[in-house]
Formats: sequence, C-alpha cells, structure tokens
Amino acid sequence: MSDILVSEQSAPGSGGSGRPSGRLLEVDDLRVEFRTRDGVAKVINGVTYHVDAGETLAVLGESGSGKSVTAQTIMGILDTPPGFVTGGQVRFHGKDMLRMSDEERRRIRGEGIAMIFQDALSALNPVFTVGFQIAEQFRVRRGMGRAEAKKRAIDMLDQVKIPNAKGRFNNYPHQFSGGMRQRAMIAMSLALDPEVLIADEPTTALDVTVQAQIMDLLAELQRERQMGMILITHDLGVVADVADRIAVMYAGRIVEEADVYDLYAKPAHPYTMGLIDSIPRMDEKGQQLRTIKGLPPNLMNIPPGCPFNPRCPMAQPVCREKVPPLLQVGNARASACHFAEELVNRV
Amino acid sequence: MGRYLLRRLLQLVPVFIGTTFLIYWLVWAVPGDPFAGKCGERRCPDQYIAFMTEKYHLDQNVFVQYGSYMKNLLQGDFGQTFSQREISDIIMTSYPNTLKLALVALAIEAIIGLGAGVLSGLRRNGFLDNLVLVSTLFLIALPVFVVGFVLQWLLGVQWGIIKPTVSSEMRWSELIVPGFVLGSASVAYIARVARTSIAENRRADYVRTAIAKGLPMRRVVGVHLLRNSLIPVVTLLGTDLGALMGGAIVTEGIFGINGIGRQVFRAIITKESATVVGIVVVLVLVYLVMNLLVDLLYAALDPRIRYE
Repeated sequence: MSDILVSEQSAPGSGGSGRPSGRLLEVDDLRVEFRTRDGVAKVINGVTYHVDAGETLAVLGESGSGKSVTAQTIMGILDTPPGFVTGGQVRFHGKDMLRMSDEERRRIRGEGIAMIFQDALSALNPVFTVGFQIAEQFRVRRGMGRAEAKKRAIDMLDQVKIPNAKGRFNNYPHQFSGGMRQRAMIAMSLALDPEVLIADEPTTALDVTVQAQIMDLLAELQRERQMGMILITHDLGVVADVADRIAVMYAGRIVEEADVYDLYAKPAHPYTMGLIDSIPRMDEKGQQLRTIKGLPPNLMNIPPGCPFNPRCPMAQPVCREKVPPLLQVGNARASACHFAEELVNRV
Repeated sequence: MGRYLLRRLLQLVPVFIGTTFLIYWLVWAVPGDPFAGKCGERRCPDQYIAFMTEKYHLDQNVFVQYGSYMKNLLQGDFGQTFSQREISDIIMTSYPNTLKLALVALAIEAIIGLGAGVLSGLRRNGFLDNLVLVSTLFLIALPVFVVGFVLQWLLGVQWGIIKPTVSSEMRWSELIVPGFVLGSASVAYIARVARTSIAENRRADYVRTAIAKGLPMRRVVGVHLLRNSLIPVVTLLGTDLGALMGGAIVTEGIFGINGIGRQVFRAIITKESATVVGIVVVLVLVYLVMNLLVDLLYAALDPRIRYE
C-alpha cells in the first residue's frame, strides 16, 4: 500500500517542497484563489495528493470543496481571471508544471494527462462529428493522415464498446445517447494513451444503470493501460468499487486520506464520518435521512481554526483556534483533525 | 435535404409573386391616368401610351396587367422605356457593376469585420477591444455619404492615393475604397456580432475540452471556437448582400459607378416607372436567393439544425 505524503497545510505561503520523489503526478501544497468583484475566495488552501501508475485515487467532496478546481489547475484549464494559482506545485514526473512554458504544458495535455468531463454533451463540440473529434487527436498531435487517423479513431470507439463503431464515426454528439457520449469522451481522452486520466464526475449526468457501466468501463481501461486515475466525485457509492485510495476534501483542503477499506471501516475525520453516515441505508427505511448539519463555509471568509468546526459534532475550543495539519495517523493514512488519534483508536 | 430544398424553392414562388405584385401595383395601378408623370416632365408620347396599353393591357384590371407583365418578364422581356430603350439592356449593363461592388463590400465586411470581432472577442476589455468598440460606434453613427465624401476627398483629392471616381473598366483595385464605404456600417455590425459571439463561446465547455486535448491555441480558436461563432455572422453577411445592392445608390453616385443604384435613382428622377419596376424585381430576386442560401448554410455550419 502506498504511504501518504504529509504536509503542513496551515503553513502560510509555502511554495511546495520541490523535492523529487519519483512519483507520477503529485500536487504539493497547491493554493488557488478566485478574485471576483465581491472579494477574494480562497478556493484551494494547500492541497497535497499524488497518484502513481496503475492506481486510482478518488477525490471526494461536496460542491465547492475545490476538487474540480484542483483538477483544472493540474490540466492548466483554470479560467484566469478569476482563478489564480498563488502557491504550491503540480509535479508531473517530478517536474513542476506550473513553471513550464505554455508549449511544454500543452504537450502534456492529452498525452501525459488527459481529462474527461461531467457533461459530455456540452464538452463535445456540437458542430463536429464524434469521429472527427477523436481523429483530430491523431491528426494534429500525431501527424497522421486522414485515413489512418480514422482507422485509429474507430479502433478507439471499439475499445470503449460503442456498437457499430464504424457507422457511428460520422455521427454528431447530439445523435448519441448520454452514455454513448460519455464513452466517446473517454475514447477521445484516451486516444493519445495518457499516463494519468482525470475523470471529473464522469457519471453525474447519467442514469444510474448507465453510471455503473461507465464506471466499470473506466476501471477496466485503467487496469488494462496501467494508468494513474484521479476520480473526482461526490458519490461515496461510486468510489467504493473503483478507488484504491480516497482523499476527502473540505473547504479547499484535504481533510482525510486513506486506503479505501480503512476509510469506510473507520473514518479518521468527523467530516468523513458524516459523509458515510449520510448514505441512505436499506435497513433504516422510513427513517429520516441523516445529514451533516450546517453549510460549507463561505470561501471568502473561512472561519478561524478548523474550517469544519462550526458543523463538527466533536468540536472543542482548540478547533476554533488552531488549524489542524494533515498528519499521519496509524498505518498509511492521514487526517487533518485534532482528535484523529482518538478516532482511529476507538473500538 | 432535397425535399427541404424543393419546399423552400416552392415557398419562393408566392413570396416573389406577392412582392412583385405590390411593386407593380404601387407604380402602375394608382387611380387616375396611369401615364400621368410616367415620362418625365412631358406628357407621354401617344405612341408610347398606345404601345404600353396594348402590351400590358393597361385598360383592363390590375391583375390582368400584372399577369401580362409577369408573362413578359419570365421570357426575359422587362419592357421598354418611353424612349424605346430595352429595360433589360439597362439592367444587363448596370447589374454586373453593382454586383461587383457589393461583392467587394461583402469581402471587406467578412475580412475586417470578422477579424476585428474575433480579436476583440478573445480579449474582452483589452486595448484592441476598446479600439474596435469605439471605431465601430463611429462607423455606425456616420451616414454613408459622409464616409464616402470624406474618403473620396482625403484619399482621392488631398493625398491622391486613389482616383476620386471609378473608371468604366471597374477594376477590382478601384473598388476597394467604394466597397469599404458601401459596407462601412455593416462592417461595424459584423465586428460587433462576431465579438459577442466569440466572447460568449470562448467560455463554452467544448472550448475547454479542446484546450484539454492539448490542441494548439490556433486550432482551438480557428476550428473549434470560430465554427460555432460563425452562425450569427453568416446570417448577417448573407442578408446584407441584398441590402448592399439596394443601398448602393449613394456610393455609386459619389464614385460615379454605373450600377443599378444609379440607374434606379435616374429612373426615379426622370419618372421612368417601367425601369424602376424592372430593377426592383431583380433586387427582390437577389434577396430571396440570398435568404435561401443563408438557410442552407446554417445546416452546413450547425448539424443540429435539421431539415425534415
């Protein structure tokens, strides 16, 4: 099992440690803020995670926790303005991408790190055929001729199990069903054989039955190609089967990171406990669903101390004063809670 | 597609009949003597009255008149002026000149308008964007004859860069300045529509996808963004060709171009009604055909538009 990179999340203005570690992709103390007319929102406040070849990291969190913004920063598709990276590093093969030239970064996109998006209908260009958009990768990035690129694109459509791939090549995105569109999106992102795939809520826009098919497909392709995969989701049910490790985000920080089994068996952060408790259960049918009380903090005005303290059932005076750093607790897991040890050691 | 085209072509027929009938009716079917004020300052020659009355059944009701006019028209006979000149000759000599001028104006609109719109739309609130906004406002506010006379005087008379008037050979290079004058207001509208369209689509998800695919910026903008942003611009350009031909009266007058604008102006001044009707009928045809072309172009640009 992989060990966990531990960082002092509370350290202000630290620019990442910069030491090479032989990791495939690592995000190190990343900080991003959104400068809007109403003020500055601190969206990412020192996020650290990594993914290696052949493993799947699930990044879990509710809307606004910063999971998608982290992914956009890795890809270099953050909207600037309003988004600005104010600190940290994103290292790919040990090299900080935030300090690369635009051209260097562009070449990594698609080939080194690829991304699939939540809503394939709006993410695919409506005026070009699905085949064109896949073949484009082979033609522009690999310099292939039209015929060869088409052959390879059809092959990609086959790999994501689109029936009658040849006949579907000339279809437009709106002629595909939701599930087929997401498959096409996956085919497009995997065309250049990327080492890391970031899937940003790939099943949120789909029917439940189709969701499972797409997740199975992603897991299968990840295994076959030994890719590193970052699966961004807010759905605890989705990650259990697919992920190796889970990083839970809250208010732009990682609050807990653990092996999938450990995290479900014994969460080491009250927020994670709340998330797991709020999964609807068959044996509690008819009873009110459990929720985490309160709302996520306003990112323009994050409360002092632990950002979760206003909602935390275990909050103590120390939680309102000191930001808990993400520290290793027990075996290969980390938690950003002052009482993490107690939580892990409870019976 | 074929059925759609056929249906659209059939739709042209009633529109064409309706508009041309209206024009004919306005000019010929006014109450009273149909030849009053139709032949310039003088009374129409009896010979012309007799000839026209017989040819177009002017002594019968307006529908019969219109019918016989259209019958002749469809055979390429636009009728004669009271000085016995074939109106089709007038149209044939002046029409190509106007078409040439309008095409130059259209090309200028497309190149300058689209170029300025794309550049300013990509960098909203930048220096170029503000420059485009101010200069287009200027062009929209200025009447065509002011732009025309100022450019003619500055470039043609003061600086001698161009000849103040266009020669009868109508060389393309001579038409650049008149073309710009003719298209000056439209160029500004095109730039503004293109700017808005580009700025709107710039943040679209599929543009983000194209960037995430690692495509060069040139391709992201030139292929993925532009194709989606072109639809409103094409509408404007297509319908503008008709407007340009009809609107060429002032520009042709300033630069001494023998086009239909000038002919229609002359015909109105000299009260040569048959000529006016003939030229306007041809203009209507251009409008209709351009509208059809624009609708067909939509489908080429946006596959989501279906022709059932």
